[in-house]
Amino acid sequence: MRIRRVLLLLLFYNTTFAGALDYQLTPIKVSDDIYMFKGLKQDFTPSNGGNIVNTGFIVTSQGVVVIDTGPSYLYGKQMRAAIGKVTDKPIIKVLITHHHPDHFLGSQAFSDVPIYALSSTIKAIEMEIASLLTNMYRLAGEWMRGTEETPELFQALNLSEEKLGNHQLQYLSVSGHTNSDLMVYVKEQKVLFSGDVVFYNRALTTPHALPTEWLATLDMIQAMDVDFIVPGHGDISKREVAVIQTADYLNWLEHIISNAVRDGLDMNEALNIQIPERFHGLAVLNAEFSRSVSHLYPAYEEIFFK
Amino acid sequence: MHEQILNKEPVVFDDRINIQVPDFAEDPMNVPVSVEINGINDIAEIRVFADLNPIQKILVFKPLHIKPYIAFRFKVEQATPVRAAVKTNDGSWYVGGRWLEAAGGGCTAPGTGTLIPDWQDKLLNVTSRVKMNDAYIGRLRFKIKHPMDTGLADGIPEFYIKKYALLDESKREIAIVETFQPVSEDPVFSFDIYDAKTSSIELIGMDNNGNKLEALIRQ
Repeated sequence: MRIRRVLLLLLFYNTTFAGALDYQLTPIKVSDDIYMFKGLKQDFTPSNGGNIVNTGFIVTSQGVVVIDTGPSYLYGKQMRAAIGKVTDKPIIKVLITHHHPDHFLGSQAFSDVPIYALSSTIKAIEMEIASLLTNMYRLAGEWMRGTEETPELFQALNLSEEKLGNHQLQYLSVSGHTNSDLMVYVKEQKVLFSGDVVFYNRALTTPHALPTEWLATLDMIQAMDVDFIVPGHGDISKREVAVIQTADYLNWLEHIISNAVRDGLDMNEALNIQIPERFHGLAVLNAEFSRSVSHLYPAYEEIFFK
Repeated sequence: MHEQILNKEPVVFDDRINIQVPDFAEDPMNVPVSVEINGINDIAEIRVFADLNPIQKILVFKPLHIKPYIAFRFKVEQATPVRAAVKTNDGSWYVGGRWLEAAGGGCTAPGTGTLIPDWQDKLLNVTSRVKMNDAYIGRLRFKIKHPMDTGLADGIPEFYIKKYALLDESKREIAIVETFQPVSEDPVFSFDIYDAKTSSIELIGMDNNGNKLEALIRQ
């Protein structure tokens, strides 16, 4: 009895305190000087601490460029420490791809560095940060501790291209996943950090999606000289397969929800639509589909109701 | 609930009451509910309510000459059971329910429609989509422009549609709906009116400020 109690205590200690809040961020080399931190293909939970997102960094001879800062202050701090193990060059700038919480709430850990985002992204952060934070504390729990409302950290990105040491970087202002998405293209290595414009093997999130614009942006990427894409969520992939998968799912989603409203289905009937087998391999599929119906369905009532 | 909503009358739980809500309220201002009753005859009325909402009563539906089916969206303040209770003409209640997870905030948040400058011009305006079944209307869906203010948001008094009736082309009442504050802003309702065999539907109703709802829906 006593031994069991000691074991239980130890177990409790191990999972609750000792090293429990460790995101285990390990840089994955994408190409020379280009790295990513890969998030889990899951929903936000108290056990993953919000680490469902891919972030990255580029080591130039002038210093390090960071792309997205993760879901919490803690993530940002641990990300910074992990970057420090790869290079001793200073971090010279941070780029935020869009205003969803898992992509920018780690920015406090980079408050001594200029942090850039598109101006509409900054507006959206200012408007929504309070509710985004409340929601993240509710979903990810103690990992969020210390993460605060800091919209003043962000400044507008006005560049579309720059050479930093040995690397030519292009900053592409697009839309579709939200009304303001930033993608970072590393020219020589033909690598694209797509933000959430591309997902691979993980169902799309659509709370601010503009399907028509999103599909146009995907067409644009398909025409670019890109070999590899680091998507905002899911696995790194060759350009073509990831873009095709993202577009295929988005096209289907738009089609199926539009038809549901056209044919008079109520929202719960739309939620019960069978998802085709070709999408069954996407992580978090059922939960994301259900959320997408809620996001996209009302707009089609505006179109079909006369 | 039993006392307030069901008048302390005899109640049994019954799985012929098919009520559907999503597992989680992604948008707490617009949670879709569908209620369909299969195999209970003699229905006098259907009451829909959410036990843990600050205002529990959501809607009362009397399907006089149409199928006992209704779908709409409502505002939820926190996770709650959502229930449909059917009263038959002999005075018994049959109840079905589903648990709805929610992060909350739907009832105490202000609406957004009244932020648009000339929202009053469109008040009680009706748009619709009907699915025909030969010459008659089958599935009927319509939206009524209305803020549906709960009175729980700071400084905004309650302002909501109280009641409306559906009339067929011979002016016969085929359904009556009483709505309460939790029904969503610019509410959208779905009905199956195959049984009424009518090619048009008239809507007649009123909100709590006495504004009149009048609309004619045809294909």
